Amino acid sequence: MNAATVIFFILASLLVISSLMVVFLRRVVHCAIALVTALLLMAILFVSLQAPMVGVLQVMVYAGAIMVLFLFVIMFLNPSALEQPSAAWWGLAVVLSALLGACLVPLFSHYEPGDNPVTSTELFGSPEVLAKSLFGEFVLPFEIASVLLLVAIVGAVVLAKREHASDGAA
Amino acid sequence: MIVDIAIIAVKAFLVLFMVLNLAGVLGWVERKGSALIQDRIGANRASIFGFAGMGLVNTLVADPLKFLTKEDFIPPAGDKLLHTLAPCMALFPALVTFAVIPFGDVLILGDRVINLQVANINVGILYVFAMGSLGVYGIVIGAWASNNKFSLLGGVRGSAQMISYEVAMGLSVIGVLMVYGTLDLQEIARDQGVLIREMLPAGLAFLRPVIGWLPAWGVFLQPLAFLLFFTSAVAETKRIPFDLPEGESELVAGYHVEYSGGKFLMFFAGEFAEVVTAAGLVTTLFFGGWQVPYLMRDGFHFPWSSTWLLPHLTVVVLQVVAFTLKVFFFCWLQILLRWSVPRFRYDQVMRLGWKMMLPLALLNVAVTAVIIVAAQ
Repeated sequence: MNAATVIFFILASLLVISSLMVVFLRRVVHCAIALVTALLLMAILFVSLQAPMVGVLQVMVYAGAIMVLFLFVIMFLNPSALEQPSAAWWGLAVVLSALLGACLVPLFSHYEPGDNPVTSTELFGSPEVLAKSLFGEFVLPFEIASVLLLVAIVGAVVLAKREHASDGAA
Repeated sequence: MIVDIAIIAVKAFLVLFMVLNLAGVLGWVERKGSALIQDRIGANRASIFGFAGMGLVNTLVADPLKFLTKEDFIPPAGDKLLHTLAPCMALFPALVTFAVIPFGDVLILGDRVINLQVANINVGILYVFAMGSLGVYGIVIGAWASNNKFSLLGGVRGSAQMISYEVAMGLSVIGVLMVYGTLDLQEIARDQGVLIREMLPAGLAFLRPVIGWLPAWGVFLQPLAFLLFFTSAVAETKRIPFDLPEGESELVAGYHVEYSGGKFLMFFAGEFAEVVTAAGLVTTLFFGGWQVPYLMRDGFHFPWSSTWLLPHLTVVVLQVVAFTLKVFFFCWLQILLRWSVPRFRYDQVMRLGWKMMLPLALLNVAVTAVIIVAAQ
Protein backbone atom coordinates (compact mmCIF):
# COMPACT_ATOMS: atom_id res chain seq x y z
CA MET A 1 0.00 0.00 0.00
CA ASN A 2 1.62 3.26 -1.07
CA ALA A 3 1.32 6.67 0.54
CA ALA A 4 -1.43 7.84 -1.83
CA THR A 5 -3.67 4.90 -0.87
CA VAL A 6 -3.12 5.52 2.83
CA ILE A 7 -4.02 9.18 2.41
CA PHE A 8 -7.09 8.21 0.40
CA PHE A 9 -8.38 5.90 3.11
CA ILE A 10 -7.78 8.45 5.85
CA LEU A 11 -9.62 11.12 3.85
CA ALA A 12 -12.43 8.77 2.83
CA SER A 13 -13.10 7.58 6.37
CA LEU A 14 -13.11 11.15 7.68
CA LEU A 15 -15.47 12.07 4.85
CA VAL A 16 -17.88 9.27 5.74
CA ILE A 17 -17.77 10.23 9.44
CA SER A 18 -18.46 13.92 8.75
CA SER A 19 -21.25 13.04 6.31
CA LEU A 20 -22.88 10.86 8.97
CA MET A 21 -22.56 13.78 11.37
CA VAL A 22 -24.49 15.96 8.90
CA VAL A 23 -27.39 13.55 9.13
CA PHE A 24 -27.31 12.55 12.79
CA LEU A 25 -26.26 15.65 14.77
CA ARG A 26 -29.03 17.25 16.80
CA ARG A 27 -28.43 20.98 16.31
CA VAL A 28 -28.86 22.44 12.86
CA VAL A 29 -25.81 24.72 13.02
CA HIS A 30 -23.64 21.74 13.97
CA CYS A 31 -25.01 19.88 10.94
CA ALA A 32 -24.11 22.81 8.71
CA ILE A 33 -20.55 22.93 10.06
CA ALA A 34 -20.24 19.17 9.56
CA LEU A 35 -21.36 19.69 5.95
CA VAL A 36 -18.67 22.37 5.48
CA THR A 37 -16.12 19.88 6.85
CA ALA A 38 -17.34 17.21 4.45
CA LEU A 39 -17.06 19.61 1.50
CA LEU A 40 -13.53 20.59 2.54
CA LEU A 41 -12.48 16.94 2.82
CA MET A 42 -13.97 16.30 -0.62
CA ALA A 43 -11.89 19.20 -1.96
CA ILE A 44 -8.72 17.70 -0.46
CA LEU A 45 -9.69 14.39 -2.10
CA PHE A 46 -9.90 16.16 -5.48
CA VAL A 47 -6.48 17.75 -4.92
CA SER A 48 -4.99 14.37 -4.05
CA LEU A 49 -6.43 13.04 -7.35
CA GLN A 50 -4.40 15.64 -9.31
CA ALA A 51 -7.39 17.93 -9.89
CA PRO A 52 -6.55 21.06 -7.84
CA MET A 53 -8.82 23.21 -10.00
CA VAL A 54 -11.92 21.17 -9.10
CA GLY A 55 -10.89 21.08 -5.45
CA VAL A 56 -10.36 24.82 -5.22
CA LEU A 57 -13.65 25.56 -7.03
CA GLN A 58 -15.40 23.17 -4.64
CA VAL A 59 -14.15 25.19 -1.66
CA MET A 60 -14.90 28.55 -3.29
CA VAL A 61 -18.42 27.78 -4.48
CA TYR A 62 -19.80 25.30 -1.96
CA ALA A 63 -17.86 25.80 1.28
CA GLY A 64 -17.19 29.51 0.78
CA ALA A 65 -20.41 30.82 -0.74
CA ILE A 66 -23.39 28.46 -0.62
CA MET A 67 -22.80 27.20 2.92
CA VAL A 68 -22.37 30.76 4.21
CA LEU A 69 -25.84 31.47 2.84
CA PHE A 70 -27.18 28.29 4.52
CA LEU A 71 -25.66 29.37 7.83
CA PHE A 72 -27.20 32.82 7.48
CA VAL A 73 -30.68 31.38 7.01
CA ILE A 74 -30.21 28.95 9.89
CA MET A 75 -28.89 31.68 12.18
CA PHE A 76 -31.76 34.06 11.46
CA LEU A 77 -34.56 31.51 11.66
CA ASN A 78 -32.80 29.91 14.66
CA PRO A 79 -34.56 26.57 14.94
CA SER A 80 -33.77 25.34 18.47
CA ALA A 81 -33.37 21.68 17.57
CA LEU A 82 -34.49 19.31 14.87
CA GLU A 83 -37.96 17.92 15.39
CA GLN A 84 -38.02 14.18 15.90
CA PRO A 85 -38.76 12.79 12.41
CA SER A 86 -41.83 10.59 12.29
CA ALA A 87 -41.76 6.88 11.51
CA ALA A 88 -43.15 7.51 8.01
CA TRP A 89 -40.14 9.71 7.16
CA TRP A 90 -37.74 7.08 8.48
CA GLY A 91 -39.46 4.45 6.34
CA LEU A 92 -39.26 6.64 3.24
CA ALA A 93 -35.58 7.37 3.95
CA VAL A 94 -34.75 3.67 4.33
CA VAL A 95 -36.54 2.77 1.07
CA LEU A 96 -34.82 5.55 -0.88
CA SER A 97 -31.39 4.65 0.50
CA ALA A 98 -31.93 1.01 -0.36
CA LEU A 99 -32.89 1.97 -3.94
CA LEU A 100 -29.80 4.17 -4.29
CA GLY A 101 -27.63 1.40 -2.88
CA ALA A 102 -29.16 -1.06 -5.34
CA CYS A 103 -28.13 1.25 -8.19
CA LEU A 104 -24.51 0.83 -7.10
CA VAL A 105 -24.58 -2.99 -7.22
CA PRO A 106 -24.39 -3.39 -11.03
CA LEU A 107 -21.66 -0.72 -11.12
CA PHE A 108 -19.45 -2.58 -8.69
CA SER A 109 -20.14 -6.06 -10.03
CA HIS A 110 -18.92 -5.08 -13.51
CA TYR A 111 -16.03 -2.96 -12.28
CA GLU A 112 -12.63 -3.92 -13.64
CA PRO A 113 -9.83 -1.65 -12.51
CA GLY A 114 -7.64 -0.75 -15.46
CA ASP A 115 -3.93 -0.06 -15.22
CA ASN A 116 -4.44 3.62 -15.93
CA PRO A 117 -8.13 4.44 -15.93
CA VAL A 118 -7.77 8.08 -16.88
CA THR A 119 -5.29 8.82 -19.63
CA SER A 120 -4.19 11.99 -17.91
CA THR A 121 -1.80 14.34 -19.61
CA GLU A 122 0.21 17.12 -18.03
CA LEU A 123 -2.58 19.61 -18.71
CA PHE A 124 -5.47 17.40 -17.58
CA GLY A 125 -7.82 19.39 -15.36
CA SER A 126 -5.73 22.55 -15.67
CA PRO A 127 -7.39 25.96 -15.96
CA GLU A 128 -6.21 26.25 -19.59
CA VAL A 129 -7.95 23.06 -20.73
CA LEU A 130 -11.08 23.88 -18.73
CA ALA A 131 -11.26 27.41 -20.14
CA LYS A 132 -10.74 26.21 -23.71
CA SER A 133 -13.61 23.73 -23.56
CA LEU A 134 -15.84 26.10 -21.57
CA PHE A 135 -15.37 29.12 -23.82
CA GLY A 136 -14.79 27.19 -27.06
CA GLU A 137 -16.74 24.01 -27.52
CA PHE A 138 -19.40 24.67 -24.87
CA VAL A 139 -19.68 28.45 -25.13
CA LEU A 140 -23.41 28.42 -26.00
CA PRO A 141 -24.56 26.27 -23.03
CA PHE A 142 -22.25 28.34 -20.82
CA GLU A 143 -23.82 31.62 -21.92
CA ILE A 144 -27.34 30.21 -21.61
CA ALA A 145 -26.59 29.07 -18.07
CA SER A 146 -25.25 32.51 -17.15
CA VAL A 147 -28.37 34.22 -18.57
CA LEU A 148 -30.56 31.79 -16.60
CA LEU A 149 -28.74 32.66 -13.39
CA LEU A 150 -29.10 36.37 -14.17
CA VAL A 151 -32.85 35.91 -14.70
CA ALA A 152 -33.10 34.14 -11.35
CA ILE A 153 -31.25 36.97 -9.59
CA VAL A 154 -33.36 39.69 -11.21
CA GLY A 155 -36.50 37.71 -10.39
CA ALA A 156 -35.52 37.42 -6.72
CA VAL A 157 -34.83 41.17 -6.52
CA VAL A 158 -38.18 42.00 -8.16
CA LEU A 159 -40.09 39.70 -5.80
CA ALA A 160 -38.37 41.16 -2.74
CA LYS A 161 -39.04 44.74 -3.92
CA ARG A 162 -42.73 44.11 -4.56
CA GLU A 163 -43.27 42.76 -1.06
CA HIS A 164 -41.46 45.78 0.33
CA ALA A 165 -43.63 48.24 -1.67
CA SER A 166 -46.89 46.64 -0.48
CA ASP A 167 -45.64 46.91 3.11
CA GLY A 168 -45.13 50.64 2.62
CA ALA A 169 -48.59 51.06 1.08
CA ALA A 170 -50.28 49.31 4.00
CA MET B 1 11.74 10.73 -1.39
CA ILE B 2 12.68 11.40 2.26
CA VAL B 3 14.71 14.42 1.19
CA ASP B 4 11.79 15.82 -0.83
CA ILE B 5 9.45 15.49 2.13
CA ALA B 6 12.07 17.09 4.39
CA ILE B 7 12.47 20.03 2.01
CA ILE B 8 8.70 20.63 1.92
CA ALA B 9 8.51 20.35 5.72
CA VAL B 10 11.36 22.84 6.15
CA LYS B 11 9.73 25.30 3.71
CA ALA B 12 6.33 24.98 5.41
CA PHE B 13 7.93 25.44 8.84
CA LEU B 14 9.92 28.49 7.72
CA VAL B 15 6.91 30.22 6.18
CA LEU B 16 4.63 29.47 9.14
CA PHE B 17 7.39 30.59 11.53
CA MET B 18 7.86 33.85 9.63
CA VAL B 19 4.14 34.64 9.37
CA LEU B 20 3.39 33.89 13.03
CA ASN B 21 6.40 35.81 14.29
CA LEU B 22 5.75 38.74 12.01
CA ALA B 23 2.16 38.75 13.30
CA GLY B 24 3.52 38.91 16.84
CA VAL B 25 6.00 41.66 16.03
CA LEU B 26 3.25 43.60 14.26
CA GLY B 27 1.43 43.77 17.60
CA TRP B 28 4.45 45.67 18.89
CA VAL B 29 4.72 47.80 15.73
CA GLU B 30 1.05 48.68 16.06
CA ARG B 31 1.44 49.84 19.68
CA LYS B 32 4.67 51.73 19.26
CA GLY B 33 3.70 52.95 15.79
CA SER B 34 0.36 54.29 16.98
CA ALA B 35 2.18 56.00 19.85
CA LEU B 36 4.58 57.56 17.35
CA ILE B 37 1.70 58.75 15.15
CA GLN B 38 -0.25 60.17 18.11
CA ASP B 39 2.82 61.66 19.85
CA ARG B 40 2.66 59.34 22.85
CA ILE B 41 5.30 57.03 24.40
CA GLY B 42 3.31 53.81 24.11
CA ALA B 43 3.85 50.49 25.87
CA ASN B 44 6.83 50.82 28.23
CA ARG B 45 5.85 49.25 31.55
CA ALA B 46 6.83 45.58 31.59
CA SER B 47 10.53 44.79 31.82
CA ILE B 48 12.78 41.83 32.49
CA PHE B 49 15.58 42.85 34.93
CA GLY B 50 15.11 46.45 33.91
CA PHE B 51 15.17 45.68 30.17
CA ALA B 52 11.99 46.99 28.51
CA GLY B 53 13.33 46.85 24.93
CA MET B 54 11.19 49.70 23.58
CA GLY B 55 8.07 47.87 24.77
CA LEU B 56 9.04 44.63 23.04
CA VAL B 57 8.96 42.79 26.39
CA ASN B 58 5.45 44.09 26.84
CA THR B 59 3.99 42.88 23.58
CA LEU B 60 6.03 39.75 22.96
CA VAL B 61 6.22 38.29 26.48
CA ALA B 62 3.90 40.01 28.96
CA ASP B 63 0.80 40.33 26.76
CA PRO B 64 0.58 36.71 25.56
CA LEU B 65 1.28 35.49 29.11
CA LYS B 66 -1.48 37.71 30.40
CA PHE B 67 -3.92 36.45 27.77
CA LEU B 68 -3.08 32.81 28.40
CA THR B 69 -3.45 33.05 32.18
CA LYS B 70 -6.80 34.85 32.09
CA GLU B 71 -10.10 33.08 32.64
CA ASP B 72 -11.41 31.48 29.46
CA PHE B 73 -15.08 32.42 29.67
CA ILE B 74 -17.74 30.61 27.65
CA PRO B 75 -21.23 32.15 27.81
CA PRO B 76 -23.51 29.67 29.63
CA ALA B 77 -26.29 30.14 27.06
CA GLY B 78 -23.89 29.88 24.14
CA ASP B 79 -22.75 26.91 22.13
CA LYS B 80 -19.72 25.48 23.91
CA LEU B 81 -18.30 23.46 21.01
CA LEU B 82 -18.65 26.13 18.33
CA HIS B 83 -17.51 28.89 20.68
CA THR B 84 -14.24 26.97 21.05
CA LEU B 85 -13.94 26.10 17.36
CA ALA B 86 -14.56 29.61 16.01
CA PRO B 87 -11.14 31.14 16.85
CA CYS B 88 -9.45 28.20 15.08
CA MET B 89 -11.67 28.79 12.05
CA ALA B 90 -10.60 32.44 12.07
CA LEU B 91 -6.88 31.69 12.40
CA PHE B 92 -6.63 28.75 9.99
CA PRO B 93 -7.37 30.46 6.62
CA ALA B 94 -5.11 33.39 7.52
CA LEU B 95 -2.17 31.04 8.13
CA VAL B 96 -2.54 28.62 5.20
CA THR B 97 -3.00 31.25 2.48
CA PHE B 98 0.71 32.06 2.57
CA ALA B 99 1.46 28.53 1.25
CA VAL B 100 1.08 29.60 -2.39
CA ILE B 101 2.91 32.94 -2.08
CA PRO B 102 6.45 32.55 -3.50
CA PHE B 103 9.22 34.08 -1.39
CA GLY B 104 12.02 33.56 -3.90
CA ASP B 105 12.82 32.09 -7.32
CA VAL B 106 14.58 28.71 -7.35
CA LEU B 107 17.43 27.65 -5.09
CA ILE B 108 19.85 25.29 -6.83
CA LEU B 109 21.77 23.03 -4.43
CA GLY B 110 23.92 20.56 -6.34
CA ASP B 111 21.55 18.95 -8.86
CA ARG B 112 18.46 19.68 -6.76
CA VAL B 113 16.23 22.58 -7.82
CA ILE B 114 14.16 23.90 -4.93
CA ASN B 115 11.20 26.11 -5.77
CA LEU B 116 11.01 28.75 -3.03
CA GLN B 117 7.27 28.41 -2.48
CA VAL B 118 5.57 25.98 -0.13
CA ALA B 119 2.94 24.65 -2.54
CA ASN B 120 3.26 25.18 -6.27
CA ILE B 121 -0.25 24.58 -7.60
CA ASN B 122 -1.31 25.83 -11.03
CA VAL B 123 -4.41 27.55 -9.61
CA GLY B 124 -2.55 29.53 -6.93
CA ILE B 125 -4.64 32.69 -7.01
CA LEU B 126 -7.91 30.71 -6.89
CA TYR B 127 -6.58 28.91 -3.80
CA VAL B 128 -6.04 32.32 -2.18
CA PHE B 129 -9.67 33.26 -2.83
CA ALA B 130 -10.93 29.86 -1.70
CA MET B 131 -9.15 30.22 1.64
CA GLY B 132 -10.24 33.87 1.88
CA SER B 133 -13.87 32.82 1.47
CA LEU B 134 -13.47 30.44 4.44
CA GLY B 135 -12.43 33.36 6.66
CA VAL B 136 -16.09 34.31 7.05
CA TYR B 137 -16.84 31.23 9.16
CA GLY B 138 -14.63 32.24 12.07
CA ILE B 139 -16.52 35.44 12.75
CA VAL B 140 -20.02 34.20 11.85
CA ILE B 141 -19.75 31.08 14.01
CA GLY B 142 -17.99 32.96 16.80
CA ALA B 143 -20.71 35.60 16.79
CA TRP B 144 -23.54 33.08 16.75
CA ALA B 145 -22.07 30.73 19.35
CA SER B 146 -21.67 33.60 21.85
CA ASN B 147 -25.47 34.01 22.04
CA ASN B 148 -25.10 37.77 22.39
CA LYS B 149 -26.99 40.35 20.32
CA PHE B 150 -23.97 42.63 19.93
CA SER B 151 -21.88 39.65 18.77
CA LEU B 152 -24.50 38.57 16.27
CA LEU B 153 -24.81 42.08 14.84
CA GLY B 154 -21.02 42.21 14.48
CA GLY B 155 -20.97 38.80 12.82
CA VAL B 156 -23.70 39.77 10.34
CA ARG B 157 -21.91 43.02 9.52
CA GLY B 158 -18.61 41.20 9.13
CA SER B 159 -19.90 38.51 6.81
CA ALA B 160 -21.77 41.01 4.60
CA GLN B 161 -18.66 43.18 4.40
CA MET B 162 -16.29 40.30 3.64
CA ILE B 163 -18.52 38.82 0.96
CA SER B 164 -19.01 42.24 -0.67
CA TYR B 165 -15.31 43.02 -0.82
CA GLU B 166 -14.40 39.53 -2.03
CA VAL B 167 -16.31 40.38 -5.21
CA ALA B 168 -14.36 43.58 -5.84
CA MET B 169 -11.10 41.83 -4.89
CA GLY B 170 -11.67 38.96 -7.29
CA LEU B 171 -12.58 41.23 -10.17
CA SER B 172 -9.60 43.54 -9.59
CA VAL B 173 -7.21 40.58 -9.90
CA ILE B 174 -8.71 39.57 -13.27
CA GLY B 175 -6.86 42.45 -14.95
CA VAL B 176 -3.53 41.21 -13.55
CA LEU B 177 -4.27 37.66 -14.66
CA MET B 178 -5.06 38.92 -18.18
CA VAL B 179 -1.75 40.79 -18.40
CA TYR B 180 0.44 37.90 -17.20
CA GLY B 181 -1.79 35.13 -18.57
CA THR B 182 -1.47 32.67 -15.65
CA LEU B 183 -3.09 31.75 -12.34
CA ASP B 184 0.21 30.54 -10.87
CA LEU B 185 1.61 33.09 -8.40
CA GLN B 186 5.22 31.95 -8.99
CA GLU B 187 4.75 32.52 -12.75
CA ILE B 188 3.23 35.95 -12.09
CA ALA B 189 6.23 36.86 -9.92
CA ARG B 190 8.63 35.58 -12.60
CA ASP B 191 6.90 37.53 -15.39
CA GLN B 192 7.43 40.73 -13.42
CA GLY B 193 11.19 40.37 -13.80
CA VAL B 194 11.32 41.52 -17.42
CA LEU B 195 11.32 45.17 -18.43
CA ILE B 196 8.21 46.84 -19.81
CA ARG B 197 9.94 47.43 -23.16
CA GLU B 198 10.18 43.68 -23.69
CA MET B 199 6.48 43.22 -22.90
CA LEU B 200 4.98 46.14 -24.84
CA PRO B 201 2.96 44.95 -27.81
CA ALA B 202 3.73 46.47 -31.22
CA GLY B 203 0.68 48.74 -31.04
CA LEU B 204 2.03 50.51 -27.96
CA ALA B 205 5.65 50.83 -29.12
CA PHE B 206 5.49 54.64 -28.85
CA LEU B 207 5.50 54.27 -25.04
CA ARG B 208 8.90 52.55 -25.05
CA PRO B 209 11.15 55.58 -24.38
CA VAL B 210 8.85 56.79 -21.58
CA ILE B 211 8.19 53.73 -19.44
CA GLY B 212 10.28 51.06 -21.18
CA TRP B 213 13.00 51.12 -18.54
CA LEU B 214 10.63 50.20 -15.70
CA PRO B 215 10.32 46.58 -14.55
CA ALA B 216 6.99 45.05 -15.64
CA TRP B 217 5.52 45.16 -12.13
CA GLY B 218 1.77 44.88 -11.72
CA VAL B 219 1.52 48.35 -10.22
CA PHE B 220 2.84 49.94 -13.44
CA LEU B 221 0.70 47.82 -15.76
CA GLN B 222 -2.44 47.74 -13.61
CA PRO B 223 -2.41 50.80 -11.32
CA LEU B 224 -6.19 50.87 -10.85
CA ALA B 225 -6.26 47.17 -10.04
CA PHE B 226 -3.61 47.79 -7.36
CA LEU B 227 -5.70 50.48 -5.65
CA LEU B 228 -8.84 48.34 -5.76
CA PHE B 229 -7.04 45.20 -4.58
CA PHE B 230 -5.26 46.94 -1.73
CA THR B 231 -8.46 48.63 -0.55
CA SER B 232 -10.45 45.41 -0.59
CA ALA B 233 -7.59 43.53 1.09
CA VAL B 234 -7.69 46.08 3.93
CA ALA B 235 -11.47 45.67 4.08
CA GLU B 236 -11.03 41.89 4.32
CA THR B 237 -8.75 42.25 7.34
CA LYS B 238 -11.61 44.09 9.12
CA ARG B 239 -9.36 46.85 10.47
CA ILE B 240 -10.06 50.58 10.64
CA PRO B 241 -11.44 52.18 8.42
CA PHE B 242 -13.34 48.94 7.79
CA ASP B 243 -13.67 47.66 11.37
CA LEU B 244 -17.49 47.82 11.41
CA PRO B 245 -17.76 44.19 12.65
CA GLU B 246 -15.96 45.31 15.83
CA GLY B 247 -17.15 48.92 16.05
CA GLU B 248 -16.48 49.28 19.76
CA SER B 249 -18.51 52.49 20.12
CA GLU B 250 -21.62 50.72 18.79
CA LEU B 251 -21.17 47.00 19.37
CA VAL B 252 -18.76 46.89 22.36
CA ALA B 253 -16.34 44.64 20.44
CA GLY B 254 -18.62 43.06 17.86
CA TYR B 255 -18.14 39.41 17.04
CA HIS B 256 -15.56 38.77 19.79
CA VAL B 257 -17.37 40.46 22.71
CA GLU B 258 -17.67 37.14 24.56
CA TYR B 259 -14.10 36.02 23.97
CA SER B 260 -11.33 36.25 26.54
CA GLY B 261 -7.95 34.72 27.24
CA GLY B 262 -6.29 32.44 24.69
CA LYS B 263 -9.25 32.39 22.32
CA PHE B 264 -9.27 36.16 22.03
CA LEU B 265 -5.52 35.97 21.42
CA MET B 266 -6.25 33.66 18.47
CA PHE B 267 -8.67 36.17 16.93
CA PHE B 268 -6.07 38.85 17.53
CA ALA B 269 -3.25 36.81 15.96
CA GLY B 270 -5.53 35.88 13.06
CA GLU B 271 -6.08 39.56 12.31
CA PHE B 272 -2.34 40.24 12.16
CA ALA B 273 -1.73 37.08 10.13
CA GLU B 274 -4.30 38.43 7.65
CA VAL B 275 -2.37 41.71 7.53
CA VAL B 276 0.84 39.79 6.72
CA THR B 277 -0.93 37.70 4.07
CA ALA B 278 -2.49 40.77 2.47
CA ALA B 279 0.95 42.38 2.34
CA GLY B 280 2.40 39.23 0.77
CA LEU B 281 -0.34 39.15 -1.87
CA VAL B 282 -0.01 42.82 -2.78
CA THR B 283 3.76 42.34 -3.05
CA THR B 284 3.43 39.27 -5.26
CA LEU B 285 0.74 40.57 -7.58
CA PHE B 286 1.75 44.21 -7.95
CA PHE B 287 5.30 44.81 -6.67
CA GLY B 288 7.27 42.05 -8.33
CA GLY B 289 7.14 39.55 -5.46
CA TRP B 290 10.74 38.52 -4.80
CA GLN B 291 12.07 40.48 -7.82
CA VAL B 292 14.78 43.05 -7.32
CA PRO B 293 14.67 45.48 -10.28
CA TYR B 294 17.11 44.42 -13.02
CA LEU B 295 18.30 41.39 -11.02
CA MET B 296 18.20 38.27 -13.23
CA ARG B 297 19.22 34.77 -12.21
CA ASP B 298 22.91 35.45 -12.89
CA GLY B 299 23.19 39.03 -11.62
CA PHE B 300 22.17 42.56 -12.44
CA HIS B 301 21.39 43.55 -16.05
CA PHE B 302 20.84 47.29 -16.08
CA PRO B 303 18.85 48.96 -18.88
CA TRP B 304 21.90 51.06 -19.79
CA SER B 305 23.32 47.69 -20.89
CA SER B 306 25.88 47.18 -18.17
CA THR B 307 25.90 43.95 -16.19
CA TRP B 308 27.09 42.97 -12.75
CA LEU B 309 27.30 39.20 -12.36
CA LEU B 310 26.65 37.69 -8.93
CA PRO B 311 26.93 34.13 -7.56
CA HIS B 312 23.71 32.11 -7.36
CA LEU B 313 23.43 32.11 -3.56
CA THR B 314 23.80 35.90 -3.37
CA VAL B 315 21.00 36.29 -5.91
CA VAL B 316 18.69 34.01 -3.92
CA VAL B 317 19.46 35.81 -0.66
CA LEU B 318 18.82 39.18 -2.33
CA GLN B 319 15.47 37.92 -3.64
CA VAL B 320 14.29 36.59 -0.28
CA VAL B 321 15.44 39.77 1.47
CA ALA B 322 13.68 41.92 -1.16
CA PHE B 323 10.44 39.98 -0.68
CA THR B 324 10.65 40.28 3.10
CA LEU B 325 11.33 44.02 2.98
CA LYS B 326 8.41 44.58 0.61
CA VAL B 327 6.12 42.61 2.94
CA PHE B 328 7.37 44.68 5.90
CA PHE B 329 6.62 47.86 3.97
CA PHE B 330 3.03 46.88 3.19
CA CYS B 331 2.42 45.73 6.76
CA TRP B 332 3.62 49.12 7.94
CA LEU B 333 1.45 50.87 5.35
CA GLN B 334 -1.62 49.04 6.67
CA ILE B 335 -0.80 50.04 10.25
CA LEU B 336 -0.23 53.63 9.15
CA LEU B 337 -3.63 53.56 7.44
CA ARG B 338 -5.32 52.09 10.50
CA TRP B 339 -4.12 54.95 12.72
CA SER B 340 -4.65 57.75 10.20
CA VAL B 341 -8.24 57.49 8.99
CA PRO B 342 -11.55 57.38 10.89
CA ARG B 343 -14.01 54.51 10.64
CA PHE B 344 -16.54 54.54 7.79
CA ARG B 345 -20.26 54.47 8.39
CA TYR B 346 -21.82 51.14 7.44
CA ASP B 347 -23.73 52.49 4.44
CA GLN B 348 -20.52 54.14 3.23
CA VAL B 349 -18.70 50.80 3.37
CA MET B 350 -21.42 49.13 1.32
CA ARG B 351 -21.63 52.00 -1.17
CA LEU B 352 -17.87 52.02 -1.65
CA GLY B 353 -17.81 48.26 -2.22
CA TRP B 354 -20.77 47.81 -4.53
CA LYS B 355 -21.30 51.17 -6.24
CA MET B 356 -17.72 52.41 -6.67
CA MET B 357 -15.19 49.59 -6.50
CA LEU B 358 -17.20 46.95 -8.34
CA PRO B 359 -17.91 49.16 -11.42
CA LEU B 360 -14.30 50.39 -11.41
CA ALA B 361 -13.04 46.81 -11.31
CA LEU B 362 -15.32 45.89 -14.22
CA LEU B 363 -14.11 48.95 -16.11
CA ASN B 364 -10.52 47.89 -15.46
CA VAL B 365 -11.20 44.43 -16.88
CA ALA B 366 -12.92 45.89 -19.96
CA VAL B 367 -10.19 48.47 -20.67
CA THR B 368 -7.44 45.88 -20.16
CA ALA B 369 -9.18 43.49 -22.55
CA VAL B 370 -9.57 46.20 -25.20
CA ILE B 371 -5.92 47.23 -24.93
CA ILE B 372 -4.65 43.64 -25.09
CA VAL B 373 -6.77 42.80 -28.13
CA ALA B 374 -6.18 46.11 -29.94
CA ALA B 375 -2.42 46.09 -29.40
CA GLN B 376 -1.87 42.59 -30.76
